[in-house]
Amino acid sequence: MTLGPYATFIVTSYVSVATVVAALIIWVIADYRRQKARLRGLEAAGAIRRSGRSAAEVQ
Amino acid sequence: MTLIDLANPSRFLTLAGRILPWLVAITALVLAIGLYKSAVAPDDYQQGATVKIMFIHVPNAWLSMFVWGVMSIAALGTLVWRHPLADVAAKTAAPIGAAFTFLALLTGSLWGRPMWGTYWEWDARLTSVLILFLMYLGLMALWRAVEDPSRAARAAAVLTLVGSVNIPIIKFSVDWWNTLHQPASVIRMGGSTLDRAFLIPLVVMAIGFTLLFLTLHIAAMRNEILRRRVRTLQMLQASKSAA
Repeated sequence: MTLGPYATFIVTSYVSVATVVAALIIWVIADYRRQKARLRGLEAAGAIRRSGRSAAEVQ
Repeated sequence: MTLIDLANPSRFLTLAGRILPWLVAITALVLAIGLYKSAVAPDDYQQGATVKIMFIHVPNAWLSMFVWGVMSIAALGTLVWRHPLADVAAKTAAPIGAAFTFLALLTGSLWGRPMWGTYWEWDARLTSVLILFLMYLGLMALWRAVEDPSRAARAAAVLTLVGSVNIPIIKFSVDWWNTLHQPASVIRMGGSTLDRAFLIPLVVMAIGFTLLFLTLHIAAMRNEILRRRVRTLQMLQASKSAA
């Protein structure tokens, strides 16, 4: 596969998309871990939901 | 299970936990096939290898409008049916839609420089997509600016529905005005004008990116539900402390 004289534009496009998609994936995973940790912290401190069920229990 | 059952955040969390691993695997597989087909696709007789930018530019451009469509349906859910997950769906779709719109603008600009001789032109298509990007950012700012979540949800829903006027303007801008951007060549009356050698990788990539959006959106909705539970527990704890 040869990309010709405009290889820089093609490679920059693909690298940009990969970078932004990777950032979105990292953001979603990190946010999930942060919210789970906060819920566990709150439950450990004695905060419980009105239903009595664990808020941090997510499949 | 009916659709209304899924309105329950706990049921949604259970369902999300079950389907997300499968969705991640299918998305990765489809994107891998799409990238392979894009890599082995032949050069265009006029554009040369720069046609490969199309395989990532078009799916991002399609999603920039599709995500706003999803947010508009969610906005109706917030305003009309007061669906408990509607605002969660709209709020979490906005940053993902903004990212896809940014990528559509960036890859379009990088494709435009070798093909048109310029990175940017203030024509109807490019300008209307830039407005869409700014509207995404404005919505995200609105959700953060209003402290009461239900007031923020209603204000954002109204703004989303008003902003949806821009979607047909983007779609038909190339037909209504004389623009540097090429007219529609995939979804158009009379069928696609693209050769199968380009159409197949493009369709596979479009499906892959749509699955990527679905995966990210469900995962982000799960996070938002957990964030709201954190907020509720903090308020319960604060009211207990005050009493």
